[in-house]
Amino acid sequence: MSSLSGQLINFFAVVLLLLAFAMISQRRVLSLIHFFTMQGIALVAATVVVAYATGQSHLYVSAGITLVLKVFLIPWLLHRVIDRLGVRWDVETLINIPTTMLIGIVLVIFSFNLAAPISELSSSIARGTLGIALACVLLSFMMMITRSKAVPQVIGFLSMENGLFFAATAATYGMPMVVELGIALDVLVGILILGVFMFHIREQFDSLDIRHLEKLKEE
Amino acid sequence: MIDALFLVLGIPLLGAAVLGLTGHRDFARDINAAFSLGTLIAAGALTARVISEGPIFAWDREFFVDPLNVFLVTLTAFVAFTTALFSRPYMQVEKEHGKMTPNRLRLYHSMYQLFSFTMLLALLTNNMGILWVAMEAATLTTVLLVSVYRTAASLEAAWKYFILCGVGIAQALFGTVLLYMAAEKVVGAEGGALLWTHLDAVKGQLDPRIITLAFAFLFIGYGTKVGLVPVHNWLPDAHAEGPTPVSAVLSGLLLNVALYAILRCKVLTDGALQGPLAGQLMIGFGLLSVVAAAFFISRQRDAKRMFAYSSIEHMGLMTFAFGVGGPVATYAGLLHMTVHSLIKSAIFFAVGHASQKAGTQIMQEIRGLIRVSPMVGWGLMLGTLAILGMPPFGVFASEFLILTTAMREQPWATPFLLLALGVAFASMFGRVQPMVFGETALKPLPHQPAAIPVFIHLGLGLMLGLYIPPYLDEWYRQAARMVAG
Repeated sequence: MSSLSGQLINFFAVVLLLLAFAMISQRRVLSLIHFFTMQGIALVAATVVVAYATGQSHLYVSAGITLVLKVFLIPWLLHRVIDRLGVRWDVETLINIPTTMLIGIVLVIFSFNLAAPISELSSSIARGTLGIALACVLLSFMMMITRSKAVPQVIGFLSMENGLFFAATAATYGMPMVVELGIALDVLVGILILGVFMFHIREQFDSLDIRHLEKLKEE
Repeated sequence: MIDALFLVLGIPLLGAAVLGLTGHRDFARDINAAFSLGTLIAAGALTARVISEGPIFAWDREFFVDPLNVFLVTLTAFVAFTTALFSRPYMQVEKEHGKMTPNRLRLYHSMYQLFSFTMLLALLTNNMGILWVAMEAATLTTVLLVSVYRTAASLEAAWKYFILCGVGIAQALFGTVLLYMAAEKVVGAEGGALLWTHLDAVKGQLDPRIITLAFAFLFIGYGTKVGLVPVHNWLPDAHAEGPTPVSAVLSGLLLNVALYAILRCKVLTDGALQGPLAGQLMIGFGLLSVVAAAFFISRQRDAKRMFAYSSIEHMGLMTFAFGVGGPVATYAGLLHMTVHSLIKSAIFFAVGHASQKAGTQIMQEIRGLIRVSPMVGWGLMLGTLAILGMPPFGVFASEFLILTTAMREQPWATPFLLLALGVAFASMFGRVQPMVFGETALKPLPHQPAAIPVFIHLGLGLMLGLYIPPYLDEWYRQAARMVAG
């Protein structure tokens, strides 16, 4: 285990966390997609470094899947969707950025506290980053809650999956291959369904604002 | 005979492909039922084999069948088959009403089979990772099923369902990662560290700190799919807005399978922690779900929503029973799982016909079912009495067992349970009674309702209340021993 690869992994982990923060505070849909793509690139880079440092060849395969799926295919699909829906230049106005950032910081501290005792037990060279992975998951989770438009919500969902994937790499050198393939398939099918849904929602409500989806409530 | 296992999974998968091509034709309804029947027969063969030979493995231990999952496999295949029977006349009417176009029918039939496949895969796999993949795939197929009408309300329900369950199940994935991390240290990465049987063998050596956190995430994740309060919000919407056959399989099958996933995790956690943490979590959330759902029931106007809340109540009761642990409570939980599946899907069949006839799901506008269609009326009345725990139906037996065990093991919980059951009884019976016996101006149903599925289910529910066949009894005991440790 060289210290350089350890440093590199930490570096990419920090990039992931920064991008997660950038996402929760970003109002423009187009920038969100760019951030998501960058997150995918950081994820691939981190996975390749772990694979190189440990000689786990199956990690190269999962890095390849991530590259195809999260750097090319899904961003391409998202671009198509926002073009066809005409929301490329949409700006969401309702989020309160300072508060969101503060809550985000609390979430990061919480995740580090939660993950610290666990990550010491891991045998992975990337174990220090488990806290970052958990923080990314929780930040994306918060993004899904705070957004009221469909596209940012979906990007939050995808970014949460990025965090989970990174957690798997950080904690255990990735899941078994068959599981990883299954997860990739689920994510791909999921995003396709969500994409189709957005068109239906727009057709029904003339808007992609999820706040319209509040008819079903308890009286 | 790996063949039976192969067939149980292969038939629905083949069915999904065939119906993906032909699902819009008129005969697709029969093909759908035929594939489900095939699955049921294969499941029966598998069961016979497990009874005679004990647990079996297949495909390099990736799949396994033991008393716990074989009983759920049979139940799943059975309810999937009867629901397919119910779906035949139901979808015919929906098509005549113009709610189902040929494209939608094709999607519906194909996804129905794919949903059966994902359920059975989740039950039969030995790999905790594949279990997760199958649960997520089940979410995806049911999202498409719930939104099949493409109305505003159904889109909203499906979107909520997707986002909430997507988030929930992502927590379960994190839990699975942690489980793998704990297992890898003991079993090694090569030795199939996510295979449940391997984990079960070494559960005493798993690191308790990691497992505690892993179970918390797995419980929240799969608990979302079980519909435990406070992460239940998707459930009533998805039940109310989707087609009724989908409500029946959601309540009857999907919730069970999610609870099954929690049970598998609980067995590992109990072994690793040597403490009651998993049980306590399940008791707490189970009880909360029972009580909260009972009060939600009292505020419903929509028939399917009301019975959806009743499902939350019963899933809470099962979670509570499994949390209490021990052979008796676990036995009662498994029995309750069976009778709840049977009776709740029977109720949804009846409600489906009733609301099709009345053109609404609002309970106040459905009146006098007994005159419109005695079959549907009696089905709904008996089903409601059964689900409310009236003797001699099976729900009474299992609830009685759960309550008596609770009095002994967790006496403080008993008043809450009794209160909740009382509130649920008063509010549900009060609403269903006028639906069945009230005055109506509606004419009798023009088509024959699917009475056979309703009464087969009610009959089985009645039988389980009066007499549990010895092999079934033995089966529950074995499964309970496994879960209770």
